[in-house]
Amino acid sequence: MAIIASFVLMVMDFRFQQLQLLRDGITVALHPLYVIADLPQSFTSWLSDVSTTRQTLQKENSTLKEKNLNLQARLQKFEALKAENTRLRNLLDASLKIDDRFLIAELISIDLDPNRHQVKINKGSKSGVFVGQAVLDADAVMGQVTQATPLSSTILLISDPTHSIPVEVVRTGERTIAVGTGKLGLLSLPHLPSQADIEIGDTLVTSGLGGKFPSGYPVANIASINRDTNSGFAEISATPSAYLERSRQVLLVWRHDQNNLER
Amino acid sequence: MATTLDQNRIWIIWISLFIALLLSIMPLPNWIEGLRPQWVALFLIYWVIALPQRIGIEHGFICGFLLDILSGTTMGENALSLSIIAFISQQYHARLRVRNFIQQSYLIAGLLIIQKLVSFLVLGITINQTPSIQFWIASLISAALWPSIFQLLRNVRRRMHVR
Repeated sequence: MAIIASFVLMVMDFRFQQLQLLRDGITVALHPLYVIADLPQSFTSWLSDVSTTRQTLQKENSTLKEKNLNLQARLQKFEALKAENTRLRNLLDASLKIDDRFLIAELISIDLDPNRHQVKINKGSKSGVFVGQAVLDADAVMGQVTQATPLSSTILLISDPTHSIPVEVVRTGERTIAVGTGKLGLLSLPHLPSQADIEIGDTLVTSGLGGKFPSGYPVANIASINRDTNSGFAEISATPSAYLERSRQVLLVWRHDQNNLER
Repeated sequence: MATTLDQNRIWIIWISLFIALLLSIMPLPNWIEGLRPQWVALFLIYWVIALPQRIGIEHGFICGFLLDILSGTTMGENALSLSIIAFISQQYHARLRVRNFIQQSYLIAGLLIIQKLVSFLVLGITINQTPSIQFWIASLISAALWPSIFQLLRNVRRRMHVR
């Protein structure tokens, strides 16, 4: 009996999406376990918060102020460029807004199955998180939301072997797809021909095709290229720019159009 | 009277199994993450061997199901393997009980490999990945932990009069 039930569960989970509701419900019920598992981490970070001295805080404050000033200055330039960009696009009759909305979420430090690249965060559908939403860290794209329950949600990282992300080479504008390999620091680009104009060090950004990821966010840098293959396609690998295994805080993105829908 | 006492005591088993579930999602450093012992399987095997009339396949199924949801694996993967493990240990509990710790550990290692084998097959089918050698070594580490877990849970069982 149990064996048949397990097989039915596995097939249904893998082939169809009907079980998502059941999974969501039980995840909500098991939320206390996540909280308990996260306790040591929250306790140590609380302890380090409490025990920092005045001096370190002052030092940190001044560096942050400096950094803020720098960013403000860059932002001024960005504002001017944005205005110019909008004006030019108006001239071209192509309306595109660059404003995306962000929400900061924190990772719940628990370990999921090490063979699958998933993480849990402490924001859920209560905060407006939805399935398919793009997730960034401070540097680049991390992945997308695959499960959103009221209090927490699961993110599939771009390095998971079942994950693919549409990208664009910044230098040439060539579009392709970056596929996860199951190794944290490695993506592969299986669909580029051997003659493709691509070099080691090229930056890949999201192309916005497919509608899941907003366009223009950095994803990875090309790490190696092997053009000598029999298939006619080059073997290209790329290193994700996001700190997939180290980020504690992540950004959830609402694209401008989704933003309007949500509000 | 006796039945009410029994009813009251079964929650101790569930609490220990929940602790095992908790241990299976506790954060570990990245490099030993793959070596995490199979806590739930170990705890389950103990309870099945100790109380084969009370604990069986259905408990294995429920624990596995919860473990699947907690750790984000394909639903039913651990439910299947833990049901099989519970079934085998229920059938052979008498033979397992009479061995000493060392011999038990060998047999437990065999049981634990079943869980890894099922995961291995499911991983291969669903995401076409072959896990590293760490994946298998975890079973040996878990088997090495068996004597201490056995003694710990036996103490708990005797203190709390779980029958």
